[in-house]
Amino acid sequence: MTLPLFFFYLFSAVAVVSAFMVISARNPVHAVLFLILTFVNGAGLFMLAGAEFLALILIVVYVGAVAVLFLFVVMMLDIDFAEMRQGMLQYAPIGILVGVVLLLELLLVAGSFFISPDVASGSGLPIDAAMDNTRQLGLVLYTRYFFLFQGAGAILLVAMIGAIVLTLRHRATAKRQDPIKQVARQASETLKVVKVKSGQGL
Amino acid sequence: MGLEIGLGHYLTVAAILFTLGVFGIFLNRKNVIVILMSVELILLAVNLNFVAFSAHLQDLQGQVFALMILTVAAAEAAIGLAILVIFYRNRGSIAVEDANLMKG
Repeated sequence: MTLPLFFFYLFSAVAVVSAFMVISARNPVHAVLFLILTFVNGAGLFMLAGAEFLALILIVVYVGAVAVLFLFVVMMLDIDFAEMRQGMLQYAPIGILVGVVLLLELLLVAGSFFISPDVASGSGLPIDAAMDNTRQLGLVLYTRYFFLFQGAGAILLVAMIGAIVLTLRHRATAKRQDPIKQVARQASETLKVVKVKSGQGL
Repeated sequence: MGLEIGLGHYLTVAAILFTLGVFGIFLNRKNVIVILMSVELILLAVNLNFVAFSAHLQDLQGQVFALMILTVAAAEAAIGLAILVIFYRNRGSIAVEDANLMKG
């Protein structure tokens, strides 16, 4: 067994086991941590396939951002997860049925498909072995796929605005600054000069 | 891709990950957080397929599309968690089994 094959089996075995732990972990914090492990091993598989940029982006975006987002939400919400697991196995039989059928179909497709020779030869964007992966992606991403790139940016913008709008909440009890009111204030409305006679007080 | 790691290897791993994601949605019917994580697993499996075909056909297009899927997955996670937070704020629980607020 050569070294790449060994690492392929290592990464894929850990990825599959931790993916199973994600869906079956008792504690959702553990599930998030196993999700991180799955993504790190997925990044290893990407690396073996020669997609170095995607592998590192997967670690930066998923482990650095999305998984932490999940962790925050899991920890912020006060949820009784033990109660949530009641009746968990109620849907397991139909889940196993659907899963087995799906897996069999996917494996049958994976084992017996055929790539048309003109697809293999007429490659749209051939990989240049002399150039590194990141440079190649950068060369096409900002030129040939510019609109796709801009579209991805627009999707992220919409998602950001959507998330802010959804979760923003104005509390009635919170004290807020009102600049218009502050600017429109007159001295005569709020300030009164009283001449106090000495020795008498008000 | 190393010569000995074939396309079939990658497709098998991706198929198993995809199935585990689908199974997770069935298993955790009440817990939206784990359902969202299962969706992330499914998207990882799809990305793995794209990258495997990209390496097999020696074509960079697969990696460009995997990048776009990564973007959409991040946006989906952000929106999904935001919806989850306001659902919890309104209902006091995240059980989706009886989520019928829209039924009128």
